[in-house]
Amino acid sequence: MGEIILTMKGIDKTFPGVHALDNVDFELYKGEVHALMGENGAGKSTLMKVLTGIYRKDKGTITYEGKLVEFTNPREAQQAGIVIVHQELNMLGHLTVAQNIFIGREYMKGVKIDDARMNVEASKLFKRLNIDIDPTEKMSNLTVGKQQMCEIAKAISHEAKIIVFDEPSAALTESEVDELFGIIRDLKEKDIGIIYITHRMDEIKIITDRVSVMRDGAYVGTLISEDSTKNDIISMMVGRIIYEEPKTKSTVAKDAPVVLKVENLNAGRSVQDINFELYKGEILGFSGLMGSGRTETARAIFGADPKESGNIYINGAKVEINNPEDAVKHGIGYLSEDRKRFGIVVRRTVSENSTMANLENFMKGIFIDKKKENTETEKYVESLAIKTPSVDQLVVDLSGGNQQKVVLTKWLVKNCDILIFDEPTRGIDVGAKSDIYKLMNELVKEGKSIIMISSELPEVLRMSDRVIVMCEGRKSGELRIEEATQEKIMHLATLDD
Amino acid sequence: MSRRNMETPVSLNKSITQRLGGQNIVVLLIVIGLFAFFSAVSPNFRRYSTLLSILDYSYYITLIGIGVTFPLITGGVDLSIGTGLICYSLVGGYMVVYQGWPVWLGMIVCVLCGAIIGLLNGVLIGIMDLTPFLATLCTMMMTRGLGSIFSRGLGIPWPMVGSEGGWFRTIFKLNIGDVRLPLGFLWIVLLVILMSYILNHTKVGRYILAIGSNKEATRLSGVNVKLYTIIAYVISGVFAGLAAIAYSAIFASVYPGTGAGFELEGIGGAIIGGVSMTGGAGSIVGTLLGVFIICILKTGLPFIGLQANWQQIITGVVLITAVIVDLNRQNKGTKSITTARKKQ
Repeated sequence: MGEIILTMKGIDKTFPGVHALDNVDFELYKGEVHALMGENGAGKSTLMKVLTGIYRKDKGTITYEGKLVEFTNPREAQQAGIVIVHQELNMLGHLTVAQNIFIGREYMKGVKIDDARMNVEASKLFKRLNIDIDPTEKMSNLTVGKQQMCEIAKAISHEAKIIVFDEPSAALTESEVDELFGIIRDLKEKDIGIIYITHRMDEIKIITDRVSVMRDGAYVGTLISEDSTKNDIISMMVGRIIYEEPKTKSTVAKDAPVVLKVENLNAGRSVQDINFELYKGEILGFSGLMGSGRTETARAIFGADPKESGNIYINGAKVEINNPEDAVKHGIGYLSEDRKRFGIVVRRTVSENSTMANLENFMKGIFIDKKKENTETEKYVESLAIKTPSVDQLVVDLSGGNQQKVVLTKWLVKNCDILIFDEPTRGIDVGAKSDIYKLMNELVKEGKSIIMISSELPEVLRMSDRVIVMCEGRKSGELRIEEATQEKIMHLATLDD
Repeated sequence: MSRRNMETPVSLNKSITQRLGGQNIVVLLIVIGLFAFFSAVSPNFRRYSTLLSILDYSYYITLIGIGVTFPLITGGVDLSIGTGLICYSLVGGYMVVYQGWPVWLGMIVCVLCGAIIGLLNGVLIGIMDLTPFLATLCTMMMTRGLGSIFSRGLGIPWPMVGSEGGWFRTIFKLNIGDVRLPLGFLWIVLLVILMSYILNHTKVGRYILAIGSNKEATRLSGVNVKLYTIIAYVISGVFAGLAAIAYSAIFASVYPGTGAGFELEGIGGAIIGGVSMTGGAGSIVGTLLGVFIICILKTGLPFIGLQANWQQIITGVVLITAVIVDLNRQNKGTKSITTARKKQ
């Protein structure tokens, strides 16, 4: 292997309430493909954002080509030769391939953009990479795989010395993945250092030289890919000290009735033939990696996205759910993973958000009974310990954990019997987290049923009575809490067939 | 304990009413300031008759301003209200003048036409998912053509005071002896109170504000977002219909082909009055005051020797200022969102 091109040492980054990176080390050789693995939220992306100048580090040093560097924005990093190929592609669909590659640094002929020259340069680039794409093609006409190759070509055209791939294979078909690997091997030959973020265990051996694992914002260790097994990597990924006692026994009554039954649910690639039952008083954990289809399943059940086929039964009766309105009428509440976009109405008040799903109960004729609204909201503000000066506070001014509690309040005010909690504790601090756990346990005791989607394995093991694991849009397994372990879940979540 | 302290919200004790109140007071001060300025500079401006004419010419703009506030709050816009109001006035006037319908029926026709076009806008935007700009641009052109067809290209004179049916003009201008009373202002005030109440105390208002603030979160709360979007545009249409009545009552004749540009004064007034272009915030009182600023400038500037063109330039500057103020306010509001987002 070549010489070291990048050394990150003692990188530390704290966001308000979250210690995102804790003294992380990372090292990359020229011509090396170095996998970066870890659960969701382990800090992989944050580390890469520190590297490319999107975030500023609090502590630590970055040595690049023998010099200490500190990029203040992505552009500086790009100019120095460090580029990211993002999972979500930043492409302008209406422009041609060549125009996309040279955007922001067009070749000019006087005041006129020299499209002909850009096409020639793009072809040269593609030839170097052995890619067969017409530079004059409109970007939107290309497949996702081809678009990604354009992104890679764009990276190369920046004279990149380090390319970071953020889950590049997630959206690709098998043959596209093969093509991608071909290109990566090519880049290796050219002595370019490659950081490869992935969730797919099977890719480690195929394409990478070394693998570094992160967990909870800390660096765990580095293995030589060839000598490591899937088990080694998994145990590094999950081997944290479990400070939260996992549940050992289901608390659901033996004769509890089925409240929700989902049968042959299909909705696009992410939701394929999903079947499961939810019992009264149960917390059903949904585990799996990011993009495994858990959120999509929840949204399809809730009617937020259209489904292709499948039946939903509530308390034994078949119901039609075509939009969220139907779902709410049938007593289903959905706490979204993306609170800002789908959960709260940011520029409205706490009480307005709280009664959003159940305004019918707060009407006096055609007018809203604000007094009743405020009194009811105040009750929840107190019982959930929501930190807010008053119920007239705009939710935008609350902290993440408190915003989450407001969304919870919305569904509690509605008195839903079936609650879908999608990443209920994401991005909130420890105190609010345990408040929410406590509340969930109280809710099931009252006879409500909860589907909890979570990417945190300790959380799944601590809260669930039963665990369903999803992988690539399918249900890959179901575990009783008595038999579930982090390792077993991880195996199901990363099935390599 | 320290954790609890960390969680204390960034800005304390700023309720939404206080924020809106703040903006309204600023706009009110500008209205008063403009009055004072023009009165000081021009003795002619100080006359009661000037005040009356400012009010006369403000009614129809105020009405479309109040109406368009609702689509604006959803994050949309309604461009059809300007040519629309002329169209409705022509249709109603045609029925009265050429078909011999009683004036009250003609007035109902105005409002009904407005409601129908509003419904069309609402369906195009709420159900067919057209962008508000495009949908209402189309209905703007349609209403313009429709009005001309009805009046056969001619102006339509609604009945004058003294003739049969002329009473409707006294709805807005009442003469008792020698004293002229701007009765229209009373209706405006009552409508402002009514619509403020609807905006702040009914489901319709609550959901329209919520849609403008976060449409997807509102939908996922089980709210029928399509229905409430349609309602916003119907409200806008109905107020264009009311504006048609006010316009017919103030002007001797209504001419086809006019009306384009009125909508901009209404929308401009709403924005000066604190309605956010991105939706989610606004008040009816603010819109009223904002429209007043535009109307005072329009009437006042000629008194100090500046012609109509200047009025447009100055209105533009005022508008830009208002939008910049709105953007600054929004940035303050979203700062905490972005920082929170970065945590993830």
